Amino acid sequence: MSQKSVSTSLFDREILGAALVDSFRKLAPQQQWKNPVMFVVYSGSLLTTLLWIQALNGEGKDPANFILAVTLWLWGTVLFANFAEAIAEGRSKAQAAFLRSAKRDIAAKKLDEPRYGENYSKVAGSSLRRGDVVLIEAGDFVPGDGEVIEGVASVDESAITGESAPVIRESGGDFSSVTGGTRVLSDWLVVRVTTNPGEAFLDRMIAMVESAKRQKTPNEIALTILLVALTLIFLMVTVTLLPFSLYAVATSGAGQPITITVLVALLVCLIPTTIGGLLSAIGVAGIGRMMQKNVIATSGRAVEAAGDIDVLLLDKTGTITLGNRQASAFIAVKGVSEKELADAAQLASLADETPEGRSVVILAKQKYGFRERDVHTLGATFVHFSAQTRMSGVNIEGRQIRKGAADAIRGHVEELGSKFPPEFRKLVDDVARRGSTPLVVSEGARVLGVIELKDIVKGGIKERFAELRQMGIKTIMITGDNRLTAAAIAAEAGVDDFLAEATPEMKLKLIRQYQADGRLVAMTGDGTNDAPALAQADVAVAMNSGTQAAKEAGNMVDLDSNPTKLIEIVETGKQMLMTRGALTTFSIANDVAKYFAIIPAAFATTYPVLNVLNVMHLATPASAILSAVIYNALIIVALIPLALKGINYRPIGAAKLLQNNLLIYGVGGLIVPFIGIKAIDLFLVTLGLV
Amino acid sequence: MTSNSYFQVIVYVVTLLALAKPLGWYMARVYEGESVGLNRLLAPIERLMYRLSGVNPKEEMRWTDYAVGLLVFNLLGALAVFALQRLQASLPFNPQHLSGISPDSAFNTAASFATNTNWQGYSGEVTMSYLTQILGLTVQNFVSAATGMAVLVALIRGFTRRNVDTIGNFWVDLTRSTLYILMPLSLILALVLAGQGVVQTFNSYQAVPLVETVSYEQPKLGVDGVALQDAGGKPVMESVEAKEQVVAVGPAASQVAIKQLGTNGGGFFNVNSAHPLENPTPLSNFLEMLSILLIPGALCYTFGMMVGDTRQGWAILTAMTLVFVVLVFIAVPAEQSGNPALAALSVDQSASISQSGGNMEGKETRFGITNSALWAVVTTAASNGSVNAMHDSFTPIGGMVPMWLMQIGEVIFGGVGSGLYGMIMFAIVAVFVSGLMIGRTPEYLGKKIEAYEMKMAAITILIPPLMVLGGTALAVMVEVGKASVFNPGAHGFSEVLYAFSSAGNNNGSAFGGISANTPFYNTLLGLAMLFSRFWLAVPVLAIAGSLAAKKKVPVGLGTLPTHTPLFIALLIGTVLMVGALTFVPALALGPVVEHLQMIGAK
Repeated sequence: MSQKSVSTSLFDREILGAALVDSFRKLAPQQQWKNPVMFVVYSGSLLTTLLWIQALNGEGKDPANFILAVTLWLWGTVLFANFAEAIAEGRSKAQAAFLRSAKRDIAAKKLDEPRYGENYSKVAGSSLRRGDVVLIEAGDFVPGDGEVIEGVASVDESAITGESAPVIRESGGDFSSVTGGTRVLSDWLVVRVTTNPGEAFLDRMIAMVESAKRQKTPNEIALTILLVALTLIFLMVTVTLLPFSLYAVATSGAGQPITITVLVALLVCLIPTTIGGLLSAIGVAGIGRMMQKNVIATSGRAVEAAGDIDVLLLDKTGTITLGNRQASAFIAVKGVSEKELADAAQLASLADETPEGRSVVILAKQKYGFRERDVHTLGATFVHFSAQTRMSGVNIEGRQIRKGAADAIRGHVEELGSKFPPEFRKLVDDVARRGSTPLVVSEGARVLGVIELKDIVKGGIKERFAELRQMGIKTIMITGDNRLTAAAIAAEAGVDDFLAEATPEMKLKLIRQYQADGRLVAMTGDGTNDAPALAQADVAVAMNSGTQAAKEAGNMVDLDSNPTKLIEIVETGKQMLMTRGALTTFSIANDVAKYFAIIPAAFATTYPVLNVLNVMHLATPASAILSAVIYNALIIVALIPLALKGINYRPIGAAKLLQNNLLIYGVGGLIVPFIGIKAIDLFLVTLGLV
Repeated sequence: MTSNSYFQVIVYVVTLLALAKPLGWYMARVYEGESVGLNRLLAPIERLMYRLSGVNPKEEMRWTDYAVGLLVFNLLGALAVFALQRLQASLPFNPQHLSGISPDSAFNTAASFATNTNWQGYSGEVTMSYLTQILGLTVQNFVSAATGMAVLVALIRGFTRRNVDTIGNFWVDLTRSTLYILMPLSLILALVLAGQGVVQTFNSYQAVPLVETVSYEQPKLGVDGVALQDAGGKPVMESVEAKEQVVAVGPAASQVAIKQLGTNGGGFFNVNSAHPLENPTPLSNFLEMLSILLIPGALCYTFGMMVGDTRQGWAILTAMTLVFVVLVFIAVPAEQSGNPALAALSVDQSASISQSGGNMEGKETRFGITNSALWAVVTTAASNGSVNAMHDSFTPIGGMVPMWLMQIGEVIFGGVGSGLYGMIMFAIVAVFVSGLMIGRTPEYLGKKIEAYEMKMAAITILIPPLMVLGGTALAVMVEVGKASVFNPGAHGFSEVLYAFSSAGNNNGSAFGGISANTPFYNTLLGLAMLFSRFWLAVPVLAIAGSLAAKKKVPVGLGTLPTHTPLFIALLIGTVLMVGALTFVPALALGPVVEHLQMIGAK
């Protein structure tokens, strides 16, 4: 069912080309203004361009070629940052376009006329629009939310409601609406589609990757404030350096004051251009990575919040357990053999098309070799499950075999004048305590025994929860089961806690309670009754197979309808923050080396003793300043892949993670520029450019 | 460094840390309104003060009301000091008949004492009447310190409270800080210092006969007060014989105690604690030095106790202590090793039984090198600013350490209250960056750090450098600024930079070497002091208000612990990085060049 994501190599040729053009288009001042750090670089570039023109007229304080070189690299810095943003946008847009065009897994039979029996054409479910009429036959999935206009059918809605018994859907009345992702088990329906599936989300998502419409996330805003503060500090440092230098020249009587070109170069090197230039690329790339994982987010805020999740609420059915229960044992009452029970149970289930029903037939066959018998050749009449009797069964050769929930059967046998055996209560309880569902079988007024329907916990789910626990996320299972059953399944699946006999109100209350404690709550859900809780949760992932109401209430849609996808969503959220933090640290740590390059160079003529600080032994003041500026520009390009990919997240605990990242990006950020600037200086000298 | 130096530094640090817990515990109880030993005595006074001033101690304030109260109170205080100075000639307790003070100097001093800076452009003994000293300056010594403590306590409440919009009552915090903490400690210290020989009297200045008559020559002044010149243009000298000296006295002990304890630093006498009547003995020196960092250090423990996790307080105290100790071990050796240029002249600068060795210029022989350099680091680590030696005469590195300590924002211990709240601002920035690095919205002590907090923290970190660098730039650009510099060149630049570092971070110590008592410097430095005090206090209160309104995030596996060595390292790193990156160019042109020139680097 899962779609493969479009495999864009990091630098797709087509995207690169478009990004190059965009880099220049983004030079418009109103675009630059949005990024205060890069706006300073932009203004500096304009200023040095003017200085270069002045120098061409022979009035420059620095050689014209030097000013030109600095100016070109400053413009380069701006363009590289633009390029990073453009390439992130390009890749995300390509991803979105792919998702939009890709065929949805649900194929629909679109009717030419809104009547049963008309011609139909097979189309992709995603192409359906409100008002289209489709035919859904036994075994088909319902392609989207809609209303039955013709026909009656039993529909398995377990994927959405968690209720395993099939429901009847028919035109007119209360039972006329069907939800996307459910499956018709028998007969057929003609349905008028009432929503435009999927499209709205994709449109919103694409808006998030386009710079013009993109809203900064709260965290981005906070970081921008910090970056602006740092920029202001460095602006102050460089602006005041001019009077300091003038004073030093005047009192020492030696050398030349620092020039504007050098001051601009110093300013651009000091302000956090690395993170400033890559900030929006990181955000766009994060949204893009979500799409690669087939998750459509409708707000960047939600993606970011995903990294902070403390509590995760999961529906039991379809998430922790396979959607349907399966028969796992026959437990007969005293005086009845297990084989007799199995025989009766199989007979009662022959016509039962529900997964549970089929599993009873299969279990009986496996255990006692009963072959499947055809209901019609036996001359039996099948008794449908109904909401009133809450039983199903068969009438065959005068035998009335029924199966159903314990209290339903109890009512049934008591009506027939028999008594429900008291020791039987214990039998039923035992089954429930094991986390299974007891299904009682009776023949006439006689209770035969219990079929144990077991919830099958999905393979590998326990490990996924362990992973979440390591991330510091508490998992809570939500189920309509009673406490006993819920506790047993919770233990087997390895969730931290559970909410049994849950109603929509209880779910909502639970979420509010956690939020009041200051925790961030994530929830995955798919049913309409989940919608209020999804709307309340901080991060709400709706399954694509779920109802439209659920999708509208959530802030992400998982196209794969895989509830454990949340782990990847959390990782992506964390990666976005981590990449920003790491590059901020790196950017600031870089400044140390840049000081060592520029300060001795800038005051070489006034205070030659400061050359002691030229620890990198850069060739000349001009090469030192140029090397720092070039390094500063190139490091943006060098870090584009990291910004797009995001840095790796591993659940190893906050302190350890911080330590690792501090070592790599903090200490690394101190060392790398010393090497980089020296290498560029050597290169410039070798080429004879300085 | 001599082994004696190590011993003295260790004794100092150990004593300081040992007192942090008991005093910190006491202060936490005071602020939480719990009973302390002094209640029976002080509670009636406290109640009386509330009744007299019409304050309802139960009333809780929003941060805006708290800030307005603080600003109005400090404004009135500054106005009172200004008025006292201007009118002192016609007010009592003025045995020396000192005249009123010029408006610019009075403004400077009023700003200086209201902001807990205690920069002194004047000489105490020849300027201020006893009344001005007691009613103006000493009162401000108490209440400016208490203001800082109140802001800190309000900030702590921001962390401890949840989902409320109030942060306490300014008048109560101010009163309790003064009455329960500063007053008793000052009383004890003043008595001990008086016992050591610090003068405490209302008598007028005393003329005492000299042991030996001193004769010297001085330029002869004409009737118009201008030095007479002979035909060759040389001044005419006359010889003078001095048989007695007028010794300035006054109610010093009581003011010295609070000046040290409240990180004020404004000396009773001009030369501050280098004066034998302000700081007579090694013991008084130790106690005065100890009391500088006593409350700032102990407040870390108070902080930990009030937020319910003393490890948080110890972590911050550890960060402060580590930076402090490292800088002591840079400054003391720099002074002890002296000036290599003198070695060329065959001057013996090594320490021996008969001499202290090293650079003794500007230092008192009764304190020596270690206690002078240690004091310099202590007084600038805290925003105290009192001195027992002349920092201008320190070696370039020995002088750069105090200067840089001020420049990094007075957060290594810092002012009472203000040091810790400044440090918490840095912690917020550190937490923010590290929170990002572990992929979590940053939180500190259970409170999410978001855009609003970052904005306010950014302002508090931005203002001091703006004052220091901007002020220095202005001073070296304009003629009136440059005219006051006696030593043009790198050292002159250091002196101006030091002055603005001191005022712009509310320290108050001076390098000297520039005549700062001019309308230009008085005004500019006065403004710098006001901006960096209140433009920091108000954003801090804003953060307190914003934090108090937030939910408390419970600690989880993903929470970054903020009491670990890693966090301490990160906090230190943040402080030093911001401090270094902001001031490296300026320092390079001042002390660094001086040092390189001194050692004859090529």
